[in-house]
Amino acid sequence: MATYLEFIQQNEERDGVRFSWNVWPSSRLEATRMVVPLACLLTPLKERPDLPPVQYEPVLCSRPTCKAVLNPLCQVDYRAKLWACNFCFQRNQFPPAYGGISEVNQPAELMPQFSTIEYMIQRGAQSPLIFLYVVDTCLEEDDLQALKESLQMSLSLLPPDALVGLITFGRMVQVHELSCEGISKSYVFRGTKDLTAKQIQDMLGLTKPAMPMQQARPVQPQEHPFASTRFLQPVHKIDMNLTDLLGELQRDPWPVTQGKRPLRSTGVALSIAVGLLEGTFPNTGARIMLFTGGPPTQGPGMVVGDELKIPIRSWHDIEKDNARFMKKATKHYEMLANRTAANGHCIDIYACALDQTGLLEMKCCANLTGGYMVMGDSFNTSLFKQTFQRIFTKDFNGDFRMAFGATLDVKTSRELKIAGAIGPCVSLNVKGPCVSENHNAPIPQGGRGAIQFVTHYQHSSTQRRIRVTTIARNWADVQSQLRHIEAAFDQEAAAVLMARLGVFRAESEEGPDVLRWLDRQLIRLCQKFGQYNKEDPTSFRLSDSFSLYPQFMFHLRRSPFLQVFNNSPDESSYYRHHFARQDLTQSLIMIQPILYSYSFHGPPEPVLLDSSSILADRILLMDTFFQIVIYLGETIAQWRKAGYQDMPEYENFKHLLQAPLDDAQEILQARFPMPRYINTEHGGSQARFLLSKVNPSQTHNNLYAWGQETGAPILTDDVSLQVFMDHLKKLAVSSAC
Amino acid sequence: MSQQGYVATPPYSQPQPGIGLSPPHYGHYGDPSHTASPTGMMKPAGPLGVTATGGMLPPGPPPPGPHQFGQNGAHAAGHPQQRFPGPPPVNNVASSYAPYQPSAQSSYPSPMSTSSVTQLGSQLSAMQINSYGSGMAHAGSGMAPPSQGPPGPLSATSLQTPPRPPQPSILQPGSQVLPPPPTTLNGPGASPLLPPMYRPDGLSGPPPPNSQYQPPPLPGQTLGAGYPPQQANSGPQMAGAQLSYPGGFPGGPAQLAGPPQPQKKLDPDSIPSPIQVIENDRASRGGQVYATNTRGQIPPLVTTDCIIQDQGNASPRFIRCTTYCFPCTSDMAKQAQIPLAAVIKPFATIPSNESPLYLVNHGESGPVRCNRCKAYMCPFMQFIEGGRRYQCGFCNCVNDVPPFYFQHLDHIGRRLDHYEKPELSLGSYEYVATLDYCRKNKPPNPPAFIFMIDVSYSNIKNGLVKLICEELKTMLEKLPKEEQEEMSAIRVGFITYNKVLHFFNVKSNLAQPQMMVVTDVGEVFVPLLDGFLVNYQESQSVIHNLLDQIPDMFADSNENETVFAPVIQAGMEALKAADCPGKLFIFHSSLPTAEAPGKLKNRDDKKLVNTDKEKILFQPQTNVYDSLAKDCVAHGCSVTLFLFPSQYVDVASLGLVPQLTGGTLYKYNNFQMHLDRQQFLNDLRNDIEKKIGFDAIMRVRTSTGFRATDFFGGILMNNTTDVEMAAIDCDKAVTVEFKHDDKLSEDTGALIQCAVLYTTISGQRRLRIHNLGLNCSSQLADLYKSCETDALINFFAKSAFKAVLHQPLKVIREILVNQTAHMLACYRKNCASPSAASQLILPDSMKVLPVYMNCLLKNCVLLSRPEISTDERAYQRQLVMTMGVADSQLFFYPQLLPIHTLDVKSTMLPAAVRCSESRLSEEGIFLLANGLHMFLWLGVSSPPELIQGIFNVPSFAHINTDMTLLPEVGNPYSQQLRMIMGIIQQKRPYSMKLTIVKQREQPEMVFRQFLVEDKGLYGGSSYVDFLCCVHKEICQLLN
Repeated sequence: MATYLEFIQQNEERDGVRFSWNVWPSSRLEATRMVVPLACLLTPLKERPDLPPVQYEPVLCSRPTCKAVLNPLCQVDYRAKLWACNFCFQRNQFPPAYGGISEVNQPAELMPQFSTIEYMIQRGAQSPLIFLYVVDTCLEEDDLQALKESLQMSLSLLPPDALVGLITFGRMVQVHELSCEGISKSYVFRGTKDLTAKQIQDMLGLTKPAMPMQQARPVQPQEHPFASTRFLQPVHKIDMNLTDLLGELQRDPWPVTQGKRPLRSTGVALSIAVGLLEGTFPNTGARIMLFTGGPPTQGPGMVVGDELKIPIRSWHDIEKDNARFMKKATKHYEMLANRTAANGHCIDIYACALDQTGLLEMKCCANLTGGYMVMGDSFNTSLFKQTFQRIFTKDFNGDFRMAFGATLDVKTSRELKIAGAIGPCVSLNVKGPCVSENHNAPIPQGGRGAIQFVTHYQHSSTQRRIRVTTIARNWADVQSQLRHIEAAFDQEAAAVLMARLGVFRAESEEGPDVLRWLDRQLIRLCQKFGQYNKEDPTSFRLSDSFSLYPQFMFHLRRSPFLQVFNNSPDESSYYRHHFARQDLTQSLIMIQPILYSYSFHGPPEPVLLDSSSILADRILLMDTFFQIVIYLGETIAQWRKAGYQDMPEYENFKHLLQAPLDDAQEILQARFPMPRYINTEHGGSQARFLLSKVNPSQTHNNLYAWGQETGAPILTDDVSLQVFMDHLKKLAVSSAC
Repeated sequence: MSQQGYVATPPYSQPQPGIGLSPPHYGHYGDPSHTASPTGMMKPAGPLGVTATGGMLPPGPPPPGPHQFGQNGAHAAGHPQQRFPGPPPVNNVASSYAPYQPSAQSSYPSPMSTSSVTQLGSQLSAMQINSYGSGMAHAGSGMAPPSQGPPGPLSATSLQTPPRPPQPSILQPGSQVLPPPPTTLNGPGASPLLPPMYRPDGLSGPPPPNSQYQPPPLPGQTLGAGYPPQQANSGPQMAGAQLSYPGGFPGGPAQLAGPPQPQKKLDPDSIPSPIQVIENDRASRGGQVYATNTRGQIPPLVTTDCIIQDQGNASPRFIRCTTYCFPCTSDMAKQAQIPLAAVIKPFATIPSNESPLYLVNHGESGPVRCNRCKAYMCPFMQFIEGGRRYQCGFCNCVNDVPPFYFQHLDHIGRRLDHYEKPELSLGSYEYVATLDYCRKNKPPNPPAFIFMIDVSYSNIKNGLVKLICEELKTMLEKLPKEEQEEMSAIRVGFITYNKVLHFFNVKSNLAQPQMMVVTDVGEVFVPLLDGFLVNYQESQSVIHNLLDQIPDMFADSNENETVFAPVIQAGMEALKAADCPGKLFIFHSSLPTAEAPGKLKNRDDKKLVNTDKEKILFQPQTNVYDSLAKDCVAHGCSVTLFLFPSQYVDVASLGLVPQLTGGTLYKYNNFQMHLDRQQFLNDLRNDIEKKIGFDAIMRVRTSTGFRATDFFGGILMNNTTDVEMAAIDCDKAVTVEFKHDDKLSEDTGALIQCAVLYTTISGQRRLRIHNLGLNCSSQLADLYKSCETDALINFFAKSAFKAVLHQPLKVIREILVNQTAHMLACYRKNCASPSAASQLILPDSMKVLPVYMNCLLKNCVLLSRPEISTDERAYQRQLVMTMGVADSQLFFYPQLLPIHTLDVKSTMLPAAVRCSESRLSEEGIFLLANGLHMFLWLGVSSPPELIQGIFNVPSFAHINTDMTLLPEVGNPYSQQLRMIMGIIQQKRPYSMKLTIVKQREQPEMVFRQFLVEDKGLYGGSSYVDFLCCVHKEICQLLN
């Protein structure tokens, strides 16, 4: 390994892991003094085209409390056919199948390049994937139409043997019975009545002996011992039927009088969906996909009343404790989320409306179950349509990029303890692409510390699989080897980890407190690792491995993850949701958006996210993860308006205009969820998306003082990066701090 | 006019002034002198046709006194005196009565109450068990103490004595006097005279009707033939009577002591015959035009067909009264104890040859109403001051005539537009109601019909679901519509259910219906709005698709449990959600035992029968249904229930909502497809098509001095004046009882205005107004003269049937008997000419009251017998509560037609015969109908050509009784018979199931229950016995 940078990159590619510190301080006390905690970002199911799963089961450490998986770090006695667990030091006999083992004939899990390995488990009945659509019918006609089309389209993307179900809701909740023949049949529930899982199952006739009538209906009662098959049927059997059914879906027929919101029973609908799956397919992979076009307005989980004159809660209301439904609704959805997670199912939320839809209250459904959360303005937008389509994209093997019912076990060396996890998981039950870990080391020792992540999950091909990642890092004594440790600092990972901690805190604490905490951490870090003379701000320097970190923090402070100003509670929830689950690169984009500049002066180049980059003869492309903004400078915009791009002699201008569009397309293609695509120009109203992100180095306050003609002044009172850095330096060198 | 009366005095009685009748007359009741007046016809006694016109005096000798005994005896000897074979074993009679005396007394426990006698209705309704003592006390105090019992037993026998000639004397106009209990002396005395008299009577009297009605050509022969069996029966029968009417025959023997009692029974032909009364009225008024131009005129009987012309009073089709002349004071009313009541059938069907109701539209100003009492403009309003003001006929308030309504008066003070405005010249008309009369001041939506089919196992199994679905397809084509409209405005919806409910979306743009299952029966709700209630024509294909699929959909169902209250709730909620009134058609078959509101358990406890707790059987099991009914009425939701029970289903509970919401209850016991199919389908079709008004409120206004106090029918009352009905159809009647609250004046009379605010089938809000003016009189005789027995029975039946919910049946029966006696005694005392106390004198208008009353008492509701199914009793109770006069008349006194005497060339119905076994003959074929059942009774020696003609089989033995439809044989007999059955069925609200009964086969038992003049199978006295009983009561009262 040449540099740490390469090492880090290599590790991430292989194991999907990034640690804030790649050399670990050897004591707990020292670890806390490092300011940035020792933690890692893990992508448990990172896509590994080069990693075919092995067709056998892992060998486990025989100590019941350990059960670590045999890995390359284990010491092996080939003659005695023994291996020592590197976590608990238990000596284990190889199983008989490993009889032929020798130095030259090693199983894959012992080879160093298989620090991450995936096992396929053959036992256990394989149950098909389940997709349960929960569809709001209180939509505008075109919205509903668009949604219906998307749903119909999605049927063709599902594996033929996957089970699908349909629940629609408005004022009432309907659970549709999907059968191949006869008239369509649905069970209807009142949208205002909270039902227990038991009641729901009784009413749906899912309790076996109680409802002889149900057997009546069918097709082959014997073949399907579960009455539940009435509601969840294999796609290949009923896709025509379901397509028709979706086609005939009507808007909620109950009249909505002037000045009222439609009555929307989202809470009950979700509750029934959860109850249905809970009763019929516990612990098998299932997605509940909630499509909603507005806030729940009645029943349990209601977020706002149906009187339009009372607006849905804002951050202001929440601060003032004025959001009267919030707590109760949140509790309802949390309860559902926990049950869902316990069953190994997940809930997606696709919320498309101009106003808020209650994501704040419902976020836990997606957060705790590893579901997706998509927010858009309308179902009739490409944002929704393509995002939704992308859910069903396949990987190189032709399998869905989703897995179900995952559990993540973390084994650590004795010196390490797990402090907690932030990510789309509930305790002991996790699924999702990315988890951050936060470790502490109580007992420092020499040598290497090791961590093993064991992820059990149901692959989208319905197989059970286990992925094991084992990693090790060196210990170092802080006193003597601070340089080492410093050099092994991964500032990107650290920034993201700190950001996540911050966001995590922001969920429960007041915004300003979190900012203060972040600032304090940053100052402490600078004090610890900066090189400076006391009380001399100008002398302050940071090493390369730390140099970008303050800037990340600056942008983080301004990000929507911590700032709620100008964001609705729903938007904040949405942003935070995605921030907590994307991998490092994406997370960094979220913290500090990327800005590219296109001009005649040369090839496109990344430029500073700074107001000074906004020049009249440039086209800017900004990627904030959630938005892709193309901004035409003043001159460019004028040229375009004049129509130069259509003149053959100015073809180069046409190419210039096209270049950012192509690049944007590329990003759009790859990104999930689809970002909002904004094409604007100087003075355009949408330009605000750009202006709010860039560092306000020029504002109305200092514009002329700088005396430059370049750049665009930002009308803000926010501090600029320069000011921020100045203050940071001052505080870092101050002995008072 | 109507002064014909039966006057039958015993030979021994004192001759009465003016009685010029010879004793022989009495034997037949036939007084030739009476033939002129129509009503007095006595049936079998044919010659009796006792139509006494006041002026005509029978030529016979004066009535024989007791001293004539010898003479009578001589007569007896000279004539075939089987009737009076000899003195009865007096001691026998005495001993049989003796035990009952104490009980009689005990039933009148407290003569202490001195309050005046109240009328039946109030007694029944007001009295609870603990209070009935006082009620009885009225009766007791009003009557002679039991110990003084009249010579009751005598009367029974006395009737056999040759009747006295009617007393045409001035003193007893309009009354008929039955002979008092004859002594042995009388018997023989009278009898010798009888035959000679009879023949002259027969000749001089109205023989044609007699011979026509009476299959045996000569009454005399009949009589003779009839006797022996009766004699044989008499002993037990008497006992039966006593059982039923404890106290009815008290103390007789003592008084009888003198004259030996004849063992013989009354001659059934000698007692008033309903058939005779009906035929007389038909003969005199049938086919004529009856103009309602006079206040207080007495309309033809319900059994008489005539054309009614509205000339200022409502047609008797709409309103019939117990009396058309009210007593002026409440004292008089109390004295007579005749209930003052009107039976109102506001939506009665009008035959096509009478003009339909005019519709008055005053535009936005709405109907003209009295400012004070809010009565609607009607012929009773008196215009004054040149037409600028009018005085309300009800409250006498003087109102300004609204400017738009002004019109000048002519020389007699009548508006010039009198004949142009229906509301000024007609008794019945309709107003278009303005928005003020609508719920929430919004015009109503057209009503909806929701069909709710029980698809539990039994209904699937017996093919009912399939049948209903199949037939609905054609029946829905005939949804009722306004005449001028092309398409019915009524929308339809469908629900099936077992223990969960299935709603169906049948929106026209769907390719397939959609089913929505609601399993939350605990709190049922409507899962859809749009697409549930649809226009049949528009959604026809989807609906047909649905109806085709329903039977298959549940074909494999083995669900046995059902819910019921949630079903009604669902329908009601659906109507509520659609904001329209409507009607639910529920097809249900079992006791709803599934866990849900309104769940019922089997509580059919025969041990309760004949106890004070018997009323519980008639009460609903839970109050869920009561509150549900209230909700339904509040939302204009009427419930019609078709029940197909195979065992106890608790009709008392299930039927409550249909009853209170103006719906109809149909019940088909042990439904069998091949037998009951037609009856059910006819009922269903009829119910769908019938004229109906929804969301109705009825208000009965009266002129000052009296007011409506009690209402009976398929109604709900939230206050004391507004009668609320979720719906009211053409067969439903409301009986209204009136009470005095002041004196009435003979000049102004008693005016009644019945206004019904309702929503038409096309969703128009209307007011239907019926006005009726009655006379008032301070003479009891006028009151008695104007009574209508059919209406009286309707009232008595409803008030008694209402009372069964609260009172022991025994008390109710006693009250009925007592009131009957009291009414008659009052007449006897105040209106009839003085005569021997032992004479039974009936007012002409109430001649058949005893027989009808007996029928009422024998109805299974009032008969406490464990053999009768509780459900059947609850069912009949409910049916009667909404019956109009015509229906109740037929129901209590079935029509019995001899078929073997059919004149195949005539389109007339054959003349009916009295409902008694003695009228049947082995050679005869008879058709009996009571509005619910129809029987074709075949005598063992029925003429083979008739059997061939009707059944197309060679002989009696070949007749298959397992059919409910007669085969269509191309033969005049068959055609004629089926036509007759069609005529009988016509206009009846319920389709009658035909049962074929062969004489002396087991099913005959059922048939016999309908021979209401005989002693009942399960108890209930024969007409003769009852008459005796009543007579005794009367005698008791008179003493």
